[in-house]
Amino acid sequence: MQRITREMLTSKAISLLNDGTVSAVLGWREGEFSYDLTPSLFYTAEDIEQNFVFNDFCGANFSKYLVTKTLGIEGKILAFLKPCDTYSFNQLLTEHRIDRSKVYVVGISCDGMADISKIRAITGDGISSISCEPDGLKVQTIYDDEPKTVSYEDAMAERCICCKSKKHVCYDELIGEEGEENPDCNRFGKVAELEAMTPDERFAFWRGELSRCIRCNACRDVCPACTCEKCVFNNPNSGAENKAPATSFEEQMFHIIRAFHVAGRCTDCGECSRVCPQHIPLHLLNRKFIKDINTFYGEYQAGKEVGSRAPLVDYTTGDLEPGQVFEREGM
Amino acid sequence: MQRIGVFVCWCGTNIAGTVDVKRVAEALKNEPGVVYSDNYQYMCSQAGQDMIKNAIHEYKLTGVVVCSCSPRMHETTFRKTAAAAGLNPYMVEIANIREQCSWVHKDMEAGTEKAIILGRAAIAKLNLNTPLTAGETPVTKRALVIGGGIAGIQTALDIADAGFKVDIVEKKPTIGGKMAQLDKTFPTLDCAACILTPKMVDVGQHENIRIFSYSEVTDVKGFVGNFDVTIKRKARFVKEDVCTGCGLCMEKCPMKKVPNEFNLGLDNRTAIYIPFAQAVPKVATIDPNYCIMKKTGKCGLCSTVCTVGAIDYNQQDEIIEEKYGAIVVATGFNPISMDKFDEYAYSQSKDVVTSLEFERLMNAAGPTQGTLLRPSDGKHPHTLVFVQCVGSRCEACAEKGKEYCSKICCMYTAKHAMLVRDKYPDTEVYVFYIDVRTPGKNFDEFYRRAVEEYGVHYIKGMVGKVAPEGDKLMVQASDLLDNKQLHIAADMVILAAAIEPDESARSLATMLTASMDTNDFFTEAHPKLRPVESPTAGIYLSGACQGPKDIPDTVAQAGAAASKVIGLLVKDKLTGNPCVAESNELMCNGCSACEKVCPYGAITYVDKEFRMPDRTTRVRRVAQVNPAVCQGCGACTVACPSGAMDLKGFATSQIMAEVDAICK
Repeated sequence: MQRITREMLTSKAISLLNDGTVSAVLGWREGEFSYDLTPSLFYTAEDIEQNFVFNDFCGANFSKYLVTKTLGIEGKILAFLKPCDTYSFNQLLTEHRIDRSKVYVVGISCDGMADISKIRAITGDGISSISCEPDGLKVQTIYDDEPKTVSYEDAMAERCICCKSKKHVCYDELIGEEGEENPDCNRFGKVAELEAMTPDERFAFWRGELSRCIRCNACRDVCPACTCEKCVFNNPNSGAENKAPATSFEEQMFHIIRAFHVAGRCTDCGECSRVCPQHIPLHLLNRKFIKDINTFYGEYQAGKEVGSRAPLVDYTTGDLEPGQVFEREGM
Repeated sequence: MQRIGVFVCWCGTNIAGTVDVKRVAEALKNEPGVVYSDNYQYMCSQAGQDMIKNAIHEYKLTGVVVCSCSPRMHETTFRKTAAAAGLNPYMVEIANIREQCSWVHKDMEAGTEKAIILGRAAIAKLNLNTPLTAGETPVTKRALVIGGGIAGIQTALDIADAGFKVDIVEKKPTIGGKMAQLDKTFPTLDCAACILTPKMVDVGQHENIRIFSYSEVTDVKGFVGNFDVTIKRKARFVKEDVCTGCGLCMEKCPMKKVPNEFNLGLDNRTAIYIPFAQAVPKVATIDPNYCIMKKTGKCGLCSTVCTVGAIDYNQQDEIIEEKYGAIVVATGFNPISMDKFDEYAYSQSKDVVTSLEFERLMNAAGPTQGTLLRPSDGKHPHTLVFVQCVGSRCEACAEKGKEYCSKICCMYTAKHAMLVRDKYPDTEVYVFYIDVRTPGKNFDEFYRRAVEEYGVHYIKGMVGKVAPEGDKLMVQASDLLDNKQLHIAADMVILAAAIEPDESARSLATMLTASMDTNDFFTEAHPKLRPVESPTAGIYLSGACQGPKDIPDTVAQAGAAASKVIGLLVKDKLTGNPCVAESNELMCNGCSACEKVCPYGAITYVDKEFRMPDRTTRVRRVAQVNPAVCQGCGACTVACPSGAMDLKGFATSQIMAEVDAICK
């Protein structure tokens, strides 16, 4: 259960709209299901009062929307950013993708978001509605008469369980408590497990995972690091363009190319895995890169500071030699 | 569609010996775009070049593929040939079927097949080539010499005499380097200081030379003709332009127990010091690690006695930024540490010394004023044992020592042995050696004089152990020619320590992007034909930083490096490389990744108005490449996430076409 309530956000949004600080509000609107929330712009107080939603399914990272939504709009957009979103936001500022003066950032504290697939694993399919109650999530399915209760702990998304930071690295104003970074989050645990595998085992693992890819591009479309004017996968001249996988090799390469493209820029927000309809743990590819960068060049968190130079695009004479990478043990 | 001509070279039997050139020419005829394909004995000969020119005219060729040696050898030749026939020189591609094919294969079948594949790749790339035009960049007419030993001194003097400005950066308080520490020089036995110090004075007085002593190069940017170098002038706490070098401060300095590095710690100096009498610049330096004033804030004696007021305890490091057209590396060498050679008891007995320490013990300006005395008790030694190859010519797998020959030890040991016998006829001198190597003018005669006229005992064999016993050093050794064990009670043992590049060399090489070998010696562009140039354009090598060298070789190389620098600096403009990066503004998303990785600062960002597909206008931040500054390294093309950066002449599509052709 979020300690931040819908009312805290709507009253803030309406007052900022009314006093002219912002001309639009980026928030969540109900989608097809109550747990399926869609980021959306609100321009009026009425719209906010009627349709603004905030609950444990507000996992979507807003930063990427700001890249396009801030273009051609008069005045500022109010964006409610969770701690993890602020890292992505900063990274986009670093890459000059968002005009900072066009955004009014309200940092909101976060108690971890729910993962619908984890709930589904407990209650079974056919969820018709979910309500967030103090003692847990009340889940109604079409097969049951009574709603089932799922605890917030059981429902919490994996990326939130090993949350790297509850601290906002950027905001104009804060709602709720400011948290701390969490260096002991053990977010590389699964990566270490993969590293411990033999190359054959690892290859089999990834082939199994990636074979499910239907090349829907959701991971790319949601990724805040993927904001190219023209993605290489949409560029006929890139040699990598393909809308659907023609061979099993291709979907593997798609994800590996994507991981390379966001290496050093990925803030580990975990949106790729959240939106994947095939439940491929794509964030592990990115975390492997983050772990390697930390090991080779010292701790680096993309988005922590605006303008920071990622080790991969920064050269120092102390950088390790390629041979040292080659000689290391494991993968 | 291109009209491509393919020309397969035999290179005598160099290629034709392992590649069926006729079959290659025949096979490549069928590749897309190829309208002509032939072979010839020597494509680089006049007749071969005429063949290319005639084919260009006759078949209206738009591109030429030459299957021959490495592009490093003859790419320029064939580009000129094509240009002479009216073709854009960048419409020539070389398929290297010699170094990368015929020379590495023994089997004709395999070699031929690979040559066909390499030819096919070049054709695939050429099909995507577009004509390119080179721009020009100006040359900064000033050279930087890093290192102020004899190598740096000679190079600087030669460049300065030709009329160009030169700066020497020396990390010690004075120039002079190792040669200033030597006593006599082989094979003529003239005093090192007597021949070096006039050159040091020349450097100090030369109107075209500036000396940045007690300084270090901390950053290098730019490229041939246009280097931007940052130099840190370490605070010496003495105003260089005020100090007269009178030495009064040294007399009065109460801190007299500082190990004197110029005499390799064999005696002491004061905390404020001038390394030696002929130092250039002759300016005192305060050693902040020992200066009482710097450490406790109480003393200030030197400041009181200094008549010109040169002392400035609050002096700060100064950072200088300067532009240079060429950089000469002359960082020199050091003897290796004797830490790993405990068998010679170097750490146990003061009477076991390295050869460089022995130079100081023999030198009139050294700790003993030139009288050979044992460091332990100041007594006159009677039996001296010289050990050669200490750390040189070691097994590759050995954890200590170097694989290479240090080159200078045979000769200086002969010199030492001869000088000792000459000055002190009552001594017995033994030299233990693996071989005696004396390939130099008058070198072997010199060595034979030591043996025949001076009665030095040369013994083929190595010393196994040196053990201090009382005031003697018990030397156990083997005599391989007489096949017996020797036990010598020596008074002194002198170790000919291997030499290694200065420890600053590696970080400097990284700054200069100059390549090094496994021993940290700088690599030359070609071991025979370009021995004084680094493969990195505009970087030149002088002296022992490139490999062990004696003084004659060092001076010769220093002069050669200077002549190469002069050859560069006389040019007003350098023809640039048209294979530079180019940003596709429509795809650029303005993320600055390319700008961050560009080592030359060639990329800037501008806000530019664009008409969007929906007929609106939008101001977007896009990258622009300055083609005069870009060196075509391609780092930006890799960093760009959207593929908006591409390299002319080496476009991603061209590389992929080559790869596809090879993997087909």
